[in-house]
Amino acid sequence: MADTKKLAIIASKGTLDWAYPPFILASAAAAMDMEAVLFFTFYGLPLLKKEIDLKVTPTGNPAMPMKMPFGSKDFQGINWPIPNIISGNVPGFDNMATMLMKETFKKKGVATIEQLREMCQESGVRFIACQMTMDVFGFERKDFIDGVEYGGAAMFLEYAADANMSLFI
Amino acid sequence: MSEFTVNRTLDCSGMNCPLPILKTKKEVDQMQSGEVLKMISTDSGSANDMASWSNRTGHKIVDSTTEGGTYTFYIQKS
Repeated sequence: MADTKKLAIIASKGTLDWAYPPFILASAAAAMDMEAVLFFTFYGLPLLKKEIDLKVTPTGNPAMPMKMPFGSKDFQGINWPIPNIISGNVPGFDNMATMLMKETFKKKGVATIEQLREMCQESGVRFIACQMTMDVFGFERKDFIDGVEYGGAAMFLEYAADANMSLFI
Repeated sequence: MSEFTVNRTLDCSGMNCPLPILKTKKEVDQMQSGEVLKMISTDSGSANDMASWSNRTGHKIVDSTTEGGTYTFYIQKS
């Protein structure tokens, strides 16, 4: 199709919450007959690892609700105000917050990051890893899933120059 | 409402955005032009999402119903 729309996304964040938007948008774009490229740089690189182990932290994120994914409906509706001094200092707090968020996603029928990533690849979304940040942070190609392309700013910009939508996430 | 025959059914109950769209696309890809897919969703965002998906892809929603929290779409492959 001559008028195929193109989506270009820079994925720069590697927390469990922010891992979602790039994969959701890219997979949805593919399902809407659009082309999509995800360029992974800086903290977005771990999203390409064979084994994904992402976490979320409520510390310094006052907008993040702290709710329980179990118990009665009223209990689940309570937002627990956790001061940063607790969330940032109690060992294992981030692990607990991550577990709660994963459980909530599961209960609400939200796909896992692994599922969405796979669906992106199945539907032809291209993944490009930033070689420069890989070198800086010590990531190796063997750590990443198959089907990833490797390049830099020029490779992303070449595609983005003709894209209808360019997002930095 | 025009007459049509349902050729396939896809139940996306319990799934949330963007899964109903992704599953619908996968299903439609396996169908012949003119065939109709019945898709069931419980995602309250899917009413507007399916309309947008239909606008972009050209696969027409020939009918849709809402009952309680269940949304049913009849999609004809273009």
